[in-house]
Amino acid sequence: MAYTKRLDGRKLDELRKVEAKVGVIKTAAGSAMFRMGNTIAYAAVRGPREVFPRSMAKPDTAVLRCYYDMMAFSGAGERVRPGPSRRSKEISMVTAKALEPVLDLTEFPKSGIDVFIELIQTDAGTRCAGICAAALALADAGFSMKDMVCAVAMGVIDGTVVADLDKAEEDYDKGPVADLAMAMLPRSGEVTLMQMDGEASQEHIIEAVELMKKSIKKIYEVQKKALLEKYGGVKDE
Amino acid sequence: MSKLLIEDKEVVIPGQILAEGMDYLPSNGAIREGDNIISTSMGVVSLSGRLIKIIPLTKRYVPQIGDVVVGFVKDLTYSSWFIDIGYSNDAVLSMKDATSDFIERGADLTQYFSHGDYMVAKIANVTKTKAVDITMREPGLKKLYGGKIIEVNPARVPRIIGKQGSMIKIIKDSTGCMITVGQNGIIWLKGPDLKNELIATEAIMRINECSYTQGLTEQTEAFLKERTGGKQHGVHQEA
Repeated sequence: MAYTKRLDGRKLDELRKVEAKVGVIKTAAGSAMFRMGNTIAYAAVRGPREVFPRSMAKPDTAVLRCYYDMMAFSGAGERVRPGPSRRSKEISMVTAKALEPVLDLTEFPKSGIDVFIELIQTDAGTRCAGICAAALALADAGFSMKDMVCAVAMGVIDGTVVADLDKAEEDYDKGPVADLAMAMLPRSGEVTLMQMDGEASQEHIIEAVELMKKSIKKIYEVQKKALLEKYGGVKDE
Repeated sequence: MSKLLIEDKEVVIPGQILAEGMDYLPSNGAIREGDNIISTSMGVVSLSGRLIKIIPLTKRYVPQIGDVVVGFVKDLTYSSWFIDIGYSNDAVLSMKDATSDFIERGADLTQYFSHGDYMVAKIANVTKTKAVDITMREPGLKKLYGGKIIEVNPARVPRIIGKQGSMIKIIKDSTGCMITVGQNGIIWLKGPDLKNELIATEAIMRINECSYTQGLTEQTEAFLKERTGGKQHGVHQEA
Protein backbone atom coordinates (compact mmCIF):
# COMPACT_ATOMS: atom_id res chain seq x y z
CA MET A 1 0.00 0.00 0.00
CA ALA A 2 1.38 3.33 -0.97
CA TYR A 3 1.95 6.12 1.52
CA THR A 4 -1.00 8.45 0.86
CA LYS A 5 -1.94 9.72 4.29
CA ARG A 6 0.80 11.22 6.45
CA LEU A 7 1.27 10.00 10.00
CA ASP A 8 0.57 13.39 11.59
CA GLY A 9 -2.22 14.27 9.14
CA ARG A 10 -0.34 16.93 7.18
CA LYS A 11 -0.78 17.42 3.44
CA LEU A 12 2.02 15.92 1.32
CA ASP A 13 3.62 19.31 0.63
CA GLU A 14 2.83 20.84 4.00
CA LEU A 15 5.65 21.92 6.34
CA ARG A 16 5.47 21.70 10.09
CA LYS A 17 4.87 24.93 12.01
CA VAL A 18 7.82 27.23 11.33
CA GLU A 19 8.90 29.91 13.78
CA ALA A 20 11.97 32.11 14.01
CA LYS A 21 13.32 34.74 16.35
CA VAL A 22 16.41 36.89 15.96
CA GLY A 23 18.63 38.27 18.72
CA VAL A 24 17.96 35.64 21.39
CA ILE A 25 21.48 35.54 22.85
CA LYS A 26 22.54 38.98 24.02
CA THR A 27 26.28 38.40 24.41
CA ALA A 28 26.74 37.01 20.89
CA ALA A 29 27.52 39.17 17.87
CA GLY A 30 24.42 37.71 16.25
CA SER A 31 21.98 35.01 17.24
CA ALA A 32 18.74 33.37 16.22
CA MET A 33 16.27 30.63 17.09
CA PHE A 34 14.66 28.56 14.38
CA ARG A 35 11.88 26.13 15.08
CA MET A 36 10.40 23.55 12.75
CA GLY A 37 7.64 21.62 14.47
CA ASN A 38 9.33 20.03 17.47
CA THR A 39 12.87 20.67 16.24
CA ILE A 40 14.36 23.76 17.87
CA ALA A 41 17.78 25.12 16.89
CA TYR A 42 19.64 28.02 18.44
CA ALA A 43 22.58 29.62 16.66
CA ALA A 44 25.09 32.16 17.99
CA VAL A 45 27.82 33.90 16.00
CA ARG A 46 31.12 34.87 17.67
CA GLY A 47 33.89 36.79 16.04
CA PRO A 48 35.57 37.64 13.75
CA ARG A 49 38.45 36.66 15.99
CA GLU A 50 41.86 35.02 15.89
CA VAL A 51 42.08 31.49 14.57
CA PHE A 52 43.88 28.75 16.45
CA PRO A 53 45.81 26.91 15.16
CA ARG A 54 47.16 29.78 13.10
CA SER A 55 47.79 27.51 10.14
CA MET A 56 44.04 27.26 9.60
CA ALA A 57 43.74 30.99 8.84
CA LYS A 58 43.44 32.13 5.24
CA PRO A 59 45.49 35.17 4.17
CA ASP A 60 42.71 36.80 2.13
CA THR A 61 39.48 35.96 3.92
CA ALA A 62 37.97 34.71 7.15
CA VAL A 63 37.27 31.06 7.84
CA LEU A 64 33.75 30.11 8.78
CA ARG A 65 33.63 27.42 11.43
CA CYS A 66 30.37 25.83 12.47
CA TYR A 67 29.78 23.70 15.55
CA TYR A 68 26.64 21.58 15.43
CA ASP A 69 25.61 20.00 18.70
CA MET A 70 22.59 18.15 19.99
CA MET A 71 21.97 18.64 23.69
CA ALA A 72 21.98 15.63 25.98
CA PHE A 73 18.23 15.78 26.62
CA SER A 74 17.21 16.78 23.10
CA GLY A 75 16.34 13.38 21.61
CA ALA A 76 13.42 11.02 21.91
CA GLY A 77 14.35 9.76 25.38
CA GLU A 78 17.80 8.24 25.10
CA ARG A 79 20.57 10.48 26.35
CA VAL A 80 22.40 12.01 23.36
CA ARG A 81 26.12 12.16 23.99
CA PRO A 82 26.94 15.83 23.39
CA GLY A 83 30.16 17.10 21.92
CA PRO A 84 31.98 16.17 18.76
CA SER A 85 31.14 12.81 17.24
CA ARG A 86 31.51 11.37 13.76
CA ARG A 87 27.99 12.58 12.95
CA SER A 88 28.14 16.07 14.46
CA LYS A 89 31.53 16.78 12.89
CA GLU A 90 30.16 15.90 9.48
CA ILE A 91 27.08 18.06 9.97
CA SER A 92 29.25 20.95 11.20
CA MET A 93 31.26 20.70 8.01
CA VAL A 94 28.28 20.57 5.63
CA THR A 95 26.64 23.46 7.51
CA ALA A 96 29.70 25.63 6.92
CA LYS A 97 29.77 24.56 3.27
CA ALA A 98 26.07 25.42 2.91
CA LEU A 99 26.56 28.93 4.30
CA GLU A 100 29.91 29.89 2.77
CA PRO A 101 28.64 30.62 -0.80
CA VAL A 102 26.51 33.59 0.35
CA LEU A 103 29.06 35.21 2.65
CA ASP A 104 31.65 37.79 1.70
CA LEU A 105 34.27 37.69 4.44
CA THR A 106 37.14 39.43 2.63
CA GLU A 107 36.84 42.33 5.12
CA PHE A 108 38.24 40.05 7.82
CA PRO A 109 41.35 38.33 6.49
CA LYS A 110 43.31 35.92 8.71
CA SER A 111 40.41 35.66 11.13
CA GLY A 112 37.79 33.12 12.06
CA ILE A 113 34.04 33.37 12.53
CA ASP A 114 32.47 30.79 14.78
CA VAL A 115 28.85 29.72 14.50
CA PHE A 116 27.60 27.63 17.39
CA ILE A 117 24.43 25.67 16.71
CA GLU A 118 22.71 23.99 19.64
CA LEU A 119 19.63 21.82 19.29
CA ILE A 120 17.63 21.83 22.47
CA GLN A 121 14.85 19.61 21.11
CA THR A 122 14.97 17.36 18.08
CA ASP A 123 12.40 15.70 15.87
CA ALA A 124 14.28 15.13 12.59
CA GLY A 125 15.47 17.83 10.20
CA THR A 126 18.05 19.15 12.66
CA ARG A 127 20.78 20.08 10.19
CA CYS A 128 18.23 22.02 8.13
CA ALA A 129 16.90 23.90 11.17
CA GLY A 130 20.51 24.57 12.19
CA ILE A 131 21.37 26.06 8.80
CA CYS A 132 18.26 28.28 8.84
CA ALA A 133 19.12 29.52 12.34
CA ALA A 134 22.79 30.08 11.42
CA ALA A 135 21.87 32.13 8.33
CA LEU A 136 19.66 34.36 10.47
CA ALA A 137 22.38 34.73 13.12
CA LEU A 138 24.97 35.73 10.50
CA ALA A 139 22.60 38.36 9.07
CA ASP A 140 21.93 39.61 12.61
CA ALA A 141 25.67 39.93 13.24
CA GLY A 142 25.91 42.18 10.20
CA PHE A 143 28.06 40.20 7.80
CA SER A 144 27.80 40.92 4.11
CA MET A 145 25.55 38.29 2.51
CA LYS A 146 24.26 38.14 -1.03
CA ASP A 147 21.34 35.92 -0.12
CA MET A 148 19.68 34.10 2.77
CA VAL A 149 19.98 30.32 3.08
CA CYS A 150 16.84 28.25 3.50
CA ALA A 151 16.99 24.56 4.31
CA VAL A 152 14.42 21.84 4.73
CA ALA A 153 14.37 18.06 4.29
CA MET A 154 12.32 16.38 1.58
CA GLY A 155 11.45 12.71 1.69
CA VAL A 156 10.36 9.85 -0.47
CA ILE A 157 8.25 7.47 1.59
CA ASP A 158 7.15 4.30 -0.15
CA GLY A 159 7.19 6.04 -3.51
CA THR A 160 5.48 9.26 -2.36
CA VAL A 161 7.36 12.56 -2.26
CA VAL A 162 6.64 14.52 0.93
CA ALA A 163 7.98 17.71 2.48
CA ASP A 164 9.67 18.08 5.87
CA LEU A 165 9.85 14.63 7.45
CA ASP A 166 9.49 14.26 11.18
CA LYS A 167 11.12 11.50 13.23
CA ALA A 168 8.13 9.13 12.98
CA GLU A 169 8.17 9.39 9.18
CA GLU A 170 11.94 8.98 9.04
CA ASP A 171 11.51 5.69 10.93
CA TYR A 172 8.51 4.54 8.83
CA ASP A 173 8.80 0.76 8.63
CA LYS A 174 6.08 -0.31 6.16
CA GLY A 175 8.08 0.74 3.11
CA PRO A 176 11.37 2.25 1.99
CA VAL A 177 12.16 5.80 3.13
CA ALA A 178 14.60 8.24 1.53
CA ASP A 179 15.44 11.40 3.43
CA LEU A 180 16.83 14.24 1.35
CA ALA A 181 18.25 17.19 3.32
CA MET A 182 18.68 20.27 1.15
CA ALA A 183 19.67 23.91 1.50
CA MET A 184 18.81 26.40 -1.20
CA LEU A 185 19.35 30.09 -1.84
CA PRO A 186 15.85 31.54 -2.17
CA ARG A 187 16.63 34.16 -4.82
CA SER A 188 18.77 32.19 -7.24
CA GLY A 189 17.56 28.69 -6.42
CA GLU A 190 21.15 27.45 -6.11
CA VAL A 191 21.53 24.32 -3.99
CA THR A 192 24.23 24.55 -1.31
CA LEU A 193 23.50 21.31 0.53
CA MET A 194 22.16 18.02 -0.72
CA GLN A 195 22.48 14.84 1.29
CA MET A 196 20.42 11.70 1.19
CA ASP A 197 19.80 8.67 3.35
CA GLY A 198 18.12 5.70 1.72
CA GLU A 199 17.28 5.08 -1.91
CA ALA A 200 15.15 7.00 -4.38
CA SER A 201 14.67 6.96 -8.15
CA GLN A 202 15.86 9.80 -10.36
CA GLU A 203 12.26 10.91 -11.03
CA HIS A 204 11.50 11.10 -7.32
CA ILE A 205 14.58 13.20 -6.63
CA ILE A 206 13.68 15.64 -9.40
CA GLU A 207 10.17 15.81 -7.97
CA ALA A 208 11.60 16.43 -4.49
CA VAL A 209 13.79 19.30 -5.73
CA GLU A 210 10.76 20.87 -7.41
CA LEU A 211 8.79 20.56 -4.17
CA MET A 212 11.77 22.05 -2.29
CA LYS A 213 11.64 25.15 -4.49
CA LYS A 214 8.05 25.71 -3.38
CA SER A 215 8.70 24.89 0.29
CA ILE A 216 11.60 27.30 0.81
CA LYS A 217 9.35 30.25 -0.09
CA LYS A 218 7.52 29.73 3.17
CA ILE A 219 10.74 29.38 5.14
CA TYR A 220 12.17 32.51 3.53
CA GLU A 221 9.08 34.49 4.52
CA VAL A 222 9.47 33.37 8.15
CA GLN A 223 13.18 34.28 8.15
CA LYS A 224 12.49 37.68 6.60
CA LYS A 225 9.75 38.43 9.09
CA ALA A 226 11.98 37.48 12.03
CA LEU A 227 14.78 39.79 10.87
CA LEU A 228 12.41 42.68 10.17
CA GLU A 229 10.78 42.21 13.57
CA LYS A 230 14.08 42.70 15.37
CA TYR A 231 15.05 45.73 13.29
CA GLY A 232 11.71 47.52 13.39
CA GLY A 233 10.86 46.92 9.75
CA VAL A 234 7.44 45.37 10.30
CA LYS A 235 4.81 47.74 9.01
CA ASP A 236 1.55 48.26 10.89
CA GLU A 237 -1.31 47.39 8.62
CA MET B 1 12.10 49.60 -18.20
CA SER B 2 13.56 49.75 -14.71
CA LYS B 3 11.49 49.13 -11.64
CA LEU B 4 12.20 50.06 -8.05
CA LEU B 5 10.94 47.38 -5.66
CA ILE B 6 11.48 49.21 -2.40
CA GLU B 7 10.71 52.60 -0.88
CA ASP B 8 13.10 55.09 0.66
CA LYS B 9 13.72 54.37 4.41
CA GLU B 10 12.47 50.79 4.09
CA VAL B 11 14.21 48.10 6.16
CA VAL B 12 15.66 45.37 3.95
CA ILE B 13 17.32 42.04 4.64
CA PRO B 14 20.41 40.59 2.92
CA GLY B 15 19.66 39.10 -0.49
CA GLN B 16 16.55 41.17 -1.12
CA ILE B 17 16.06 42.46 -4.67
CA LEU B 18 16.00 46.25 -4.52
CA ALA B 19 15.54 47.23 -8.16
CA GLU B 20 15.25 45.65 -11.57
CA GLY B 21 16.87 47.02 -14.72
CA MET B 22 19.96 49.04 -15.45
CA ASP B 23 18.66 52.53 -14.54
CA TYR B 24 19.67 52.29 -10.89
CA LEU B 25 23.17 52.06 -9.44
CA PRO B 26 24.29 50.12 -6.35
CA SER B 27 26.21 51.98 -3.65
CA ASN B 28 27.37 50.80 -0.19
CA GLY B 29 25.60 47.66 1.02
CA ALA B 30 24.24 46.76 -2.39
CA ILE B 31 25.57 44.93 -5.44
CA ARG B 32 24.51 44.39 -9.01
CA GLU B 33 23.82 40.83 -10.05
CA GLY B 34 22.72 40.48 -13.66
CA ASP B 35 19.88 42.92 -14.19
CA ASN B 36 19.00 43.26 -10.53
CA ILE B 37 20.34 45.26 -7.62
CA ILE B 38 20.66 43.14 -4.50
CA SER B 39 21.03 44.20 -0.87
CA THR B 40 23.98 42.62 0.93
CA SER B 41 23.30 43.89 4.41
CA MET B 42 20.60 44.25 7.02
CA GLY B 43 19.73 47.91 6.96
CA VAL B 44 17.69 50.89 5.84
CA VAL B 45 17.42 51.94 2.20
CA SER B 46 18.65 55.40 1.32
CA LEU B 47 17.77 56.60 -2.17
CA SER B 48 19.48 59.56 -3.76
CA GLY B 49 18.63 59.94 -7.41
CA ARG B 50 19.63 56.75 -9.17
CA LEU B 51 21.89 55.61 -6.35
CA ILE B 52 20.69 52.94 -3.94
CA LYS B 53 22.55 52.72 -0.65
CA ILE B 54 21.93 50.61 2.45
CA ILE B 55 22.68 52.17 5.82
CA PRO B 56 23.43 49.14 8.01
CA LEU B 57 21.48 48.56 11.21
CA THR B 58 24.03 46.02 12.42
CA LYS B 59 27.66 45.51 11.47
CA ARG B 60 31.01 44.21 12.61
CA TYR B 61 33.73 46.82 12.98
CA VAL B 62 36.13 47.20 10.05
CA PRO B 63 38.85 49.81 10.70
CA GLN B 64 39.13 52.76 8.36
CA ILE B 65 41.85 55.39 8.23
CA GLY B 66 40.93 58.34 10.44
CA ASP B 67 38.55 56.49 12.78
CA VAL B 68 38.86 57.44 16.44
CA VAL B 69 38.59 54.24 18.46
CA VAL B 70 38.79 53.05 22.05
CA GLY B 71 41.06 50.05 22.61
CA PHE B 72 43.17 48.33 25.22
CA VAL B 73 46.69 46.96 25.38
CA LYS B 74 46.68 43.25 24.76
CA ASP B 75 50.41 42.65 24.48
CA LEU B 76 53.65 44.53 24.12
CA THR B 77 57.03 43.95 22.51
CA TYR B 78 60.39 45.75 22.84
CA SER B 79 59.29 48.45 20.41
CA SER B 80 55.51 48.42 20.10
CA TRP B 81 52.17 47.66 21.66
CA PHE B 82 49.38 45.44 20.36
CA ILE B 83 46.01 47.08 20.87
CA ASP B 84 42.68 45.26 20.79
CA ILE B 85 40.26 47.55 18.94
CA GLY B 86 37.43 45.05 18.53
CA TYR B 87 38.67 43.85 15.15
CA SER B 88 39.93 40.39 14.28
CA ASN B 89 43.50 41.65 13.85
CA ASP B 90 45.18 43.62 16.63
CA ALA B 91 46.29 47.16 15.87
CA VAL B 92 49.97 48.02 16.23
CA LEU B 93 51.01 51.12 18.16
CA SER B 94 54.64 51.79 17.41
CA MET B 95 56.97 53.67 19.73
CA LYS B 96 57.10 56.80 17.60
CA ASP B 97 53.31 56.92 17.33
CA ALA B 98 52.83 56.45 21.06
CA THR B 99 54.72 59.35 22.58
CA SER B 100 56.98 62.26 21.75
CA ASP B 101 59.29 61.32 24.64
CA PHE B 102 62.78 60.03 23.95
CA ILE B 103 62.77 56.36 24.85
CA GLU B 104 66.13 54.81 25.60
CA ARG B 105 67.03 51.45 24.12
CA GLY B 106 65.74 48.66 26.31
CA ALA B 107 63.52 50.94 28.38
CA ASP B 108 60.48 49.51 30.11
CA LEU B 109 57.55 50.31 27.85
CA THR B 110 54.97 49.60 30.56
CA GLN B 111 55.60 53.08 31.97
CA TYR B 112 53.67 54.42 28.97
CA PHE B 113 51.08 51.73 28.35
CA SER B 114 50.77 48.47 30.22
CA HIS B 115 48.60 45.39 29.75
CA GLY B 116 44.92 46.24 30.03
CA ASP B 117 45.32 50.02 29.76
CA TYR B 118 42.55 51.66 27.76
CA MET B 119 43.19 54.53 25.37
CA VAL B 120 41.60 56.71 22.72
CA ALA B 121 43.56 56.33 19.49
CA LYS B 122 43.24 57.09 15.84
CA ILE B 123 43.61 54.66 12.95
CA ALA B 124 46.71 55.87 11.09
CA ASN B 125 46.88 53.23 8.38
CA VAL B 126 45.13 50.10 7.19
CA THR B 127 47.01 47.99 4.68
CA LYS B 128 45.58 45.85 1.94
CA THR B 129 45.98 42.75 4.11
CA LYS B 130 44.16 44.57 6.95
CA ALA B 131 47.16 45.16 9.18
CA VAL B 132 46.19 48.17 11.31
CA ASP B 133 48.48 50.94 12.61
CA ILE B 134 47.22 53.40 15.18
CA THR B 135 48.61 56.64 16.55
CA MET B 136 48.32 58.60 19.79
CA ARG B 137 50.08 61.74 18.60
CA GLU B 138 47.10 63.90 17.79
CA PRO B 139 45.02 66.28 19.90
CA GLY B 140 42.35 64.55 21.97
CA LEU B 141 44.02 61.14 21.90
CA LYS B 142 44.99 59.95 25.35
CA LYS B 143 45.26 57.17 27.85
CA LEU B 144 42.05 56.59 29.83
CA TYR B 145 42.09 56.38 33.62
CA GLY B 146 39.20 54.94 35.65
CA GLY B 147 35.64 55.04 34.44
CA LYS B 148 33.88 52.18 32.75
CA ILE B 149 33.72 50.56 29.33
CA ILE B 150 30.55 49.58 27.50
CA GLU B 151 30.24 47.89 24.15
CA VAL B 152 27.60 48.57 21.52
CA ASN B 153 27.07 47.53 17.92
CA PRO B 154 29.32 49.75 15.73
CA ALA B 155 26.34 50.43 13.43
CA ARG B 156 24.63 52.31 16.28
CA VAL B 157 27.54 54.71 16.90
CA PRO B 158 26.22 57.48 14.59
CA ARG B 159 22.90 57.29 16.44
CA ILE B 160 24.56 57.49 19.87
CA ILE B 161 26.59 60.53 18.83
CA GLY B 162 23.65 62.17 17.02
CA LYS B 163 23.72 65.00 14.53
CA GLN B 164 26.76 67.15 15.36
CA GLY B 165 27.00 65.32 18.68
CA SER B 166 23.52 66.35 19.81
CA MET B 167 22.58 63.02 21.41
CA ILE B 168 25.83 62.53 23.30
CA LYS B 169 25.71 66.15 24.47
CA ILE B 170 22.30 65.57 26.07
CA ILE B 171 23.65 62.57 27.97
CA LYS B 172 26.81 64.41 29.02
CA ASP B 173 24.91 67.50 30.18
CA SER B 174 22.29 65.70 32.22
CA THR B 175 24.59 63.17 33.90
CA GLY B 176 27.84 65.14 34.09
CA CYS B 177 29.76 62.16 32.67
CA MET B 178 32.79 62.36 30.44
CA ILE B 179 32.04 60.11 27.49
CA THR B 180 34.22 58.97 24.59
CA VAL B 181 32.51 57.03 21.83
CA GLY B 182 34.86 55.02 19.62
CA GLN B 183 33.87 54.28 16.03
CA ASN B 184 34.46 50.62 16.92
CA GLY B 185 31.48 50.61 19.28
CA ILE B 186 33.55 50.69 22.47
CA ILE B 187 32.49 53.53 24.76
CA TRP B 188 34.38 54.87 27.76
CA LEU B 189 32.57 56.92 30.36
CA LYS B 190 33.44 58.40 33.73
CA GLY B 191 30.99 60.28 35.87
CA PRO B 192 30.92 62.33 39.05
CA ASP B 193 29.37 59.37 40.89
CA LEU B 194 28.17 55.82 40.32
CA LYS B 195 24.51 56.80 40.02
CA ASN B 196 25.11 59.13 37.10
CA GLU B 197 27.42 56.63 35.43
CA LEU B 198 24.66 54.02 35.58
CA ILE B 199 22.05 56.42 34.18
CA ALA B 200 24.35 57.32 31.28
CA THR B 201 25.04 53.62 30.64
CA GLU B 202 21.33 52.86 30.62
CA ALA B 203 20.62 55.75 28.24
CA ILE B 204 23.31 54.54 25.82
CA MET B 205 22.11 50.94 25.99
CA ARG B 206 18.56 52.10 25.24
CA ILE B 207 19.79 53.81 22.09
CA ASN B 208 21.72 50.65 21.23
CA GLU B 209 18.61 48.49 21.64
CA CYS B 210 16.21 50.61 19.61
CA SER B 211 18.34 52.78 17.35
CA TYR B 212 15.92 52.36 14.44
CA THR B 213 12.98 54.12 16.09
CA GLN B 214 11.98 57.65 15.20
CA GLY B 215 12.20 60.53 17.68
CA LEU B 216 14.94 58.90 19.71
CA THR B 217 16.46 62.20 20.84
CA GLU B 218 13.19 63.26 22.51
CA GLN B 219 12.78 59.83 24.09
CA THR B 220 16.30 59.92 25.50
CA GLU B 221 15.78 63.45 26.78
CA ALA B 222 12.58 62.40 28.55
CA PHE B 223 14.26 59.32 30.00
CA LEU B 224 17.19 61.34 31.36
CA LYS B 225 14.90 63.99 32.79
CA GLU B 226 12.91 61.34 34.63
CA ARG B 227 15.99 59.60 36.01
CA THR B 228 18.05 62.64 36.99
CA GLY B 229 15.15 64.84 38.04
CA GLY B 230 15.88 67.38 35.32
CA LYS B 231 19.12 68.57 36.97
CA GLN B 232 21.73 69.88 34.56
CA HIS B 233 25.38 69.41 35.41
CA GLY B 234 26.56 72.50 33.58
CA VAL B 235 30.16 72.73 32.51
CA HIS B 236 31.88 69.38 32.49
CA GLN B 237 35.35 68.38 31.53
CA GLU B 238 35.92 67.94 27.82
CA ALA B 239 36.19 64.23 27.06
